Amino acid sequence: MSKLRILFDRVRSEEKMLQEKASELGHDAKMIDAKITQVNTESKKSDFDFGDVVLERCVSYFRGLHFTACLEFLDVPVINSFEVANNCGNKMITSLLLKKHNVPTPKTYFTFSSEAALENLEKIGYPMVIKPVVGSWGRGVMPLKDRDTADAIIEVRELNGGPLDRIYYLQEMVNRPPRDIRVIVIGDQVVAAMYRTSSGSFKTNIAVGGEPVACEITKELEDVCMKAAKAVGGGILGVDVMEDKKRGLVVHEVNNTVEFKGLARVAKKDIPKEMIGFAIKSAIK
Amino acid sequence: MNCPECDAKLNIPDDAAVGEIISCPDCGSDFEIASKNGSTCQLKQAEKVGEDWGE
Repeated sequence: MSKLRILFDRVRSEEKMLQEKASELGHDAKMIDAKITQVNTESKKSDFDFGDVVLERCVSYFRGLHFTACLEFLDVPVINSFEVANNCGNKMITSLLLKKHNVPTPKTYFTFSSEAALENLEKIGYPMVIKPVVGSWGRGVMPLKDRDTADAIIEVRELNGGPLDRIYYLQEMVNRPPRDIRVIVIGDQVVAAMYRTSSGSFKTNIAVGGEPVACEITKELEDVCMKAAKAVGGGILGVDVMEDKKRGLVVHEVNNTVEFKGLARVAKKDIPKEMIGFAIKSAIK
Repeated sequence: MNCPECDAKLNIPDDAAVGEIISCPDCGSDFEIASKNGSTCQLKQAEKVGEDWGE
């Protein structure tokens, strides 16, 4: 029996599934609310009940990331590591790592002011896709079909004025069917895959109505996803893949605290069981 | 248990866990279950969705 802790800030069905499965497997599984936990520089591992391993499942990326740093400071094994969370939480860093490790990925442009972004777009041409470097569920992902749209969207970004709004992430519009593939990689294996078909818009996120449909795990899909997972440091990851009509599979994102409610409905393998097994195995190492 | 905002009756499932979000069917306010003792729950205002929320 191992002691598994699930770090949360909002309990979703995924966290409940994880706790139920861990208990069913005979482990001591408890939830830790990140919002009410207090850590300081004098804290010791023994001051807390963080068990043998913590699964970081915060819905807030920055909260989860910073809490992970505290757990690593306390020498508590945590899945995923700070480095992996940091690599996946920022789309620019993910894109750079994917390319660096020869993972096929859409061509992506980075600029660091609105002027440079517009100048860059004039050079590249349209359509393009603008994405916030931090964010999820397809939020803030917008197609830029012409100069007028780009002017408007970039002006709004300027008005918002958040520090990350000044980082412009512009990606080629991939010529693909109206769907993408979400793949769950756990350690050194691909555990499940599904197509997410868009419900009319160009976004395919389940959070905005994308429909999950089971997807066969081909050798090509497995290879590209394992390579992508390794590029960001490995762990429990959600790899997002598009089917480019010319180039084949391209990876556009790797998610750190993967949601699997949709995929669990169509997957052959027991996703929570695989996650728990991996976390416990990692802690023993 | 009633909604702290509009006093409508809240439907809190028996298996609801601490940290889960309960939405009021009448006014739409979201509450987080802060603590639970048997069938008695303490609620607090749920956090608003942040820009960094997601996967």
